[in-house]
Amino acid sequence: MTSTAERASNGERTAVGSWRGGRAAWLSHGRLRGYLLLAPTLLVVLILLVLPVFDLLRTSFCTQVYLKIDCSFTLANYGAIFEPNGAFGSLFGFIPYPHLQTPIYAVLLARSIGVALLATIAVILLAYPMAYFLAFRLVRNRIRWIVLITVPFWTSYLLRVFAWKIILGYGGLINSGLVTAGIIPEPLELLLYNPFAVIIVLAHSWLAFAVLPIYVSLDKIDRSLLEAATDLGDTKLQRFLRITLPLSMPGVLSASLLVFIPTVGDYITPSLVGGSSGMMLGSVIQSLFGQANNQPLGAAVSVTMMAIVTLLVCIFLKLVGTKTPAAVT
Amino acid sequence: MRNSPVGLLNIYAVGFVALLYGPLVLLVLFSFNNSIYVAFPLKGATFRWYAALFDYPGLLSALWNSIRVAIPVSIVCTALGLLAAKALTGTRLPGRKPIIGLIMVPLVVPFIILGIALLTMVRKTFDLPLSLWTVGASHLLVCLPFSVLVLLSRFEGFDRSLEEASLDLGESAWMTFWRVTFPLVLPGVVSSLLLSFTASFDEFLLAFFLSGDKPTLPIYIWSQLRFPQKLPGVLALGSCIFAFSFTLVVLAERFRRRGTPGQRSTL
Repeated sequence: MTSTAERASNGERTAVGSWRGGRAAWLSHGRLRGYLLLAPTLLVVLILLVLPVFDLLRTSFCTQVYLKIDCSFTLANYGAIFEPNGAFGSLFGFIPYPHLQTPIYAVLLARSIGVALLATIAVILLAYPMAYFLAFRLVRNRIRWIVLITVPFWTSYLLRVFAWKIILGYGGLINSGLVTAGIIPEPLELLLYNPFAVIIVLAHSWLAFAVLPIYVSLDKIDRSLLEAATDLGDTKLQRFLRITLPLSMPGVLSASLLVFIPTVGDYITPSLVGGSSGMMLGSVIQSLFGQANNQPLGAAVSVTMMAIVTLLVCIFLKLVGTKTPAAVT
Repeated sequence: MRNSPVGLLNIYAVGFVALLYGPLVLLVLFSFNNSIYVAFPLKGATFRWYAALFDYPGLLSALWNSIRVAIPVSIVCTALGLLAAKALTGTRLPGRKPIIGLIMVPLVVPFIILGIALLTMVRKTFDLPLSLWTVGASHLLVCLPFSVLVLLSRFEGFDRSLEEASLDLGESAWMTFWRVTFPLVLPGVVSSLLLSFTASFDEFLLAFFLSGDKPTLPIYIWSQLRFPQKLPGVLALGSCIFAFSFTLVVLAERFRRRGTPGQRSTL
């Protein structure tokens, strides 16, 4: 290594002058070089993300007649989303509801948001103590713990959800275990195929993902603030509520968004463990692009979902944004 | 440590990890169970579900399809991530934050939206056939954020003055990159290769929309879930995939932290 470096620097010393001039020009165009280096990545994002999303938006204003898509501008698809066109025996799967005509897409959207919200709350409540443990209690082997917690996130999402299906199923592990142990005489049917199963499985699947952002923000907290609080007579609980919790809010926020936004549109979990009462919007979008084959309507449903999720996130950030500084002072 | 070694929080942490790994452990456990029914009580150990995998038609070609997608995806993704990370740390670029934000967007958009948006563009607008190429393109998009994150933290972790010293000693920018920068970020490169390979190899939903008649391994598993008699075989296959992904990710994490003992994880 050293010998090659020496050889190279000797060989190039003669050419130092010319390199210097070239380098000056090169560095003065540092920004240009930066954008050139970024160009391939941005091109990929443009072609594979920005263009398709615009295409989806455009498609949502079209009409499909059998296999042909007519792209003269119409808002009919958006109208159809809020048009009463189906009947539900229950709302959100568990609130009894008379069999009236309801806007099926709007109700499913509300259910998806509700399920995602509950799953996100469960994830944050479960992940926070773990992140706290990593940041404040662990002295050694911290990286090992972090790896241990992160690894499941990288493994197949499909298989992790599938594992829950065999655990919760009618002839599954919980039921057969309880029956074998003589605790219940017959398998329970209420474990699988309902919104609660979806919430449990979603929360479990995203748990690993939420610990890290919270841990990072907890880890950044200046420990002398905590000491000052103790010296000034705060109890442990006061200290946590007045210093640790407010200062870790950025991590909690990013973790909530990282979990909430993707889970609203989740397809795998509701399909495998949701049944009909736990069905979410993702399944509808999939069927509109598959068997039902109404791509413009599917596009409109997707666009509406993303628009409403974005709106909710903005409102949420606005609310929290005005509260956090007050809590710190 | 200020508190007693066995506090409530320590018990919670152990319980948390047990909860995290519980379903996976059960899945692996029952892949060795000598019964067609995945239910308690356990009926004794067997390897026959693993042996039976060799007789599954279509399994090998699905595996081969997955590998054919994941290898190029991880290489292209890491190369793009390397260029982007270099650009984003080298100079103070105007618009650095929005650019990083744009690259990270696929992390927060539900995959189903990415899937149907790409499907619409490929099928309707360009009228191209679905193939492993379209699967690869979608995987490239969702692996990019991981590559950029891993490499960005690696680039930010090392001492800039090493590069400056090399330039001052008369090395060209290109040679400085290969002689100084690249060896320093190499662990990040290996980590990015392994992580994007795993992410692509295990990805289901985008492949579900974009693979056409060439199933990848997760699509193959999805198609087998309909047959109850194939359930133990799926468990065996799933256990193999878990073991494989675990190994790759643990290796990736080791590489990522190589040579930066004090650095803390910021995913």
